[in-house]
Amino acid sequence: MKRHCGLPAIGLVVFLTLAVVLCAAPLRGQSSGSAPGPEQTLSRIAKVYGAGGLDRLESWQSAVVISADGLLVTAWSYVLDGGATVVLDDGRRFEAELVGYHPPMELALIRIEATDLPCFQLDRRPPVYPGQTVFAWSNLYGIATGNEPVSVQRGSVSALTRVATRRGPRSTGYQGPALVVDVVVNNPGSAGGAITNRQGELLGVIGRESRDATSQLWLNFAIPVAEVARAVREIRSGQARLAAVSETGLPEEPVTLELLGLLLLPEVVVGTPPWVEQVVRDSPAARAGLRADDLIIEIDGQPVATGNRLRESLTRIDRDRGFAITVQRNGEFVELDVSINR
Amino acid sequence: MPVITGLPVLLSAQSADLTAARAAEQRRISVIQQAVPATVCIFSANGQSGGSGVLVSPEGFALTNFHVVEPCGKHMHCGLPDGSIYDAVLVGIDPVGDVALIRLLGRDDFPVARMGDSDQVRIGDFCFAVGNPFLLAGNFQPSVSWGIVSGVHRYQYPSGTLLEYADSIQTDAAINPGNSGGALFDGQGELIGINGRGSFEKRGRVNVGVGFAISINQIRMFYDHLLSGRIVDHATLGATVTSDRRGLIRVSDIRQGSDAWRRGLRYGDEVVSLGGHAVTSVNDFKNILGTFPAGWRVPLEFRRDEKVVRIRVRLEGVHTPQQLAERVQQRPPRERPVPDQGPPDESGPAIPRASVPEPVTRWIEDRPGFANYYFNRLQTDRIWTAYHQVAGTLQQQERVRMSGSLDDGTPVQLVLSVARSGIQLGDQARVIEQPVDLSLPDELAGSGGLLTALHLWYRLLHRGPDRTGDTGYAGKLPGPDEELADVLACNTDGVQVRFLFGPDSGLLDGIEFFSAADRDPCEIGLADYRRAGQVSLPHLITVTCGDQYRREIRIDKINLDP
Repeated sequence: MKRHCGLPAIGLVVFLTLAVVLCAAPLRGQSSGSAPGPEQTLSRIAKVYGAGGLDRLESWQSAVVISADGLLVTAWSYVLDGGATVVLDDGRRFEAELVGYHPPMELALIRIEATDLPCFQLDRRPPVYPGQTVFAWSNLYGIATGNEPVSVQRGSVSALTRVATRRGPRSTGYQGPALVVDVVVNNPGSAGGAITNRQGELLGVIGRESRDATSQLWLNFAIPVAEVARAVREIRSGQARLAAVSETGLPEEPVTLELLGLLLLPEVVVGTPPWVEQVVRDSPAARAGLRADDLIIEIDGQPVATGNRLRESLTRIDRDRGFAITVQRNGEFVELDVSINR
Repeated sequence: MPVITGLPVLLSAQSADLTAARAAEQRRISVIQQAVPATVCIFSANGQSGGSGVLVSPEGFALTNFHVVEPCGKHMHCGLPDGSIYDAVLVGIDPVGDVALIRLLGRDDFPVARMGDSDQVRIGDFCFAVGNPFLLAGNFQPSVSWGIVSGVHRYQYPSGTLLEYADSIQTDAAINPGNSGGALFDGQGELIGINGRGSFEKRGRVNVGVGFAISINQIRMFYDHLLSGRIVDHATLGATVTSDRRGLIRVSDIRQGSDAWRRGLRYGDEVVSLGGHAVTSVNDFKNILGTFPAGWRVPLEFRRDEKVVRIRVRLEGVHTPQQLAERVQQRPPRERPVPDQGPPDESGPAIPRASVPEPVTRWIEDRPGFANYYFNRLQTDRIWTAYHQVAGTLQQQERVRMSGSLDDGTPVQLVLSVARSGIQLGDQARVIEQPVDLSLPDELAGSGGLLTALHLWYRLLHRGPDRTGDTGYAGKLPGPDEELADVLACNTDGVQVRFLFGPDSGLLDGIEFFSAADRDPCEIGLADYRRAGQVSLPHLITVTCGDQYRREIRIDKINLDP
């Protein structure tokens, strides 16, 4: 186990030899070859401390370093409210500046005053496939402090899929392509950590704790690196908009039927059910698969009995957030994921 | 065509890959097969609770968690993977470190785990847990879960003052209720820790990839203490630390009168290292401190005004022995980290503790402050017998007269007997009589009680440990030269004396006499043993107290009077 093998640095032979050595020590650093030791990956993960601490809310989470000059990606959460402290693996502490956040992705970009940091490459797209061995790196349960390394867990990719979190109308939840893993990564403090392959390349950033409202099961997922890169791009270019919430607690720019491209049966009597009369071509509703004659039953799991109730429900959904519509079609219930933005 | 020429290469590559994977799997299977026989499934005698354990000696000593044996009492049933079941008795407990030592009875050739070195464990190493999760092992076939080391040197806060996990190993190998007390092996099948704790929080009590094992190197430090049959205590510095704005670790509080205080540590000093390890975080400090038994002496470096000062500090217990015994007895059930009771539907009316069968009772001796006094007597007898074999026995009425000199030539006369002892050191003369007068503990100013210490030494030599106050084995502690010594601790007439025996020589190498709490003890070194009549006695006596008092008495002549 404590052996460090010098590996021949040629193509296939390296890979096979590596596989054997990795079986003996899955993450042990190699004196040569392409796989970095755990130390190198650990140096790219940071601990984030901020708000919380009340009512069993954790006041910590994880972050990945994405540029040598101090940019980090972390989960967008209350921990960042009112400033956060970033602690690197060497114990150095920094006050983090919030560059911006991306509400639909539930990601935030933060900056610290540092240079020459070891970092992950967001422009790399290493292959990802179900069954692949992966490692999860995060400060779950806030176990590590100071210069202590964060925790690492091992597991496999279960699926590459889209998640549609269905929650109450007020809350946000990540919806989009996801890397589902069999590692328990929905622990307190895991969010913002990294999923890597054996070579230590970033495959995804661990998402916020998420539980299926129906099954009560916790979802173990990461946001794939391509999506993270897109979020960072949109934050830096100013495209990502703040999900402003007015004093009434409702989003200032909610979803409307017009935005969706939905035309309902006219409200001829009080309590007319929300029958779809027509779907505008190429509209978000059309993309989501809504059809004329569908009867809308639920929005995000909440029953909507009338057209008016449907309109009211939509006022609580920010237009940057995806949501779920359940319709009755030919005697069956069909769930559809809807988002305004492509 | 490139595709066709490439295909055989690809196929052979795949089969090489497959061969390597199968070889690795085969190695893993054989490592597990070698490790499993030493693992133990523990069940309380009434069958209502239990956990896991692992054998560490052919005589049947096995490690487990304190919180596993706590509901079992002093007698339990242990199943081995070969299907046999053995009676076992409690030996010693470390309630702060959540460790217990038990002994399986009936064999002297039990399979034993190969011991690893947990300081060599690195994050990312393979490891596996073997145990009895959810008490499923009705046929004593343990469950194996494979994983990696998620973190090392982890600190997990205690509940109250018990069950602190310092310097522990974190793993993603599944650790569930019932795995408590079981072995964590490294990828080679060497024992690196004892599993005992998991982070669960809002997910219910099932593994979420975060388990903790007490490192085997910490348990090594406590092993002799556990063998002593006592309720073992952990150590405190008598000072707390906090991390300042720059991340430096500073003394935030210190108890006046603690040894650290007497050696010069003060509020605000920066702690640089403890026990030879750098201190860079509060967790570091707690990790290092948490691996020492009470009474251990450790080097400590601190910085004040840019100057680094190095001291050696005697660590005090977290509890008084009474507090510890009470805490162990009164611990409410909700503090238990991984309750190992069977499925909840089986919990009917309270089932009485099963009575202990006849052949097992002789292995159990109740005595306040002890987990099982039987094992203390065993160790005390072992040390005393070994001492007698090398040093001989004082006859009944003997009185010892020693004469010699200090290194500056000052003559020294020493008379020791059971009733009365005296010393003449230059023009200083002191006499004490039995019972020891506590109003004159420091009868030679600054020595910390030299004459009283020598008087108690004589009583031990003359009457033996059974008749010298309350004397028993206290495990191994480092002596003045940092070498580990077997300690017989004696409480008598309100004072405490520790007799330090060389584990190899069997000779009494030193005495530490504590006249009162919060005062520097009188430390006596006994060397140069030579024959005097029928017995061997030391001819070089060194005396130290605090940082100031230092004397060396060279004995020229010893007379044994009837």
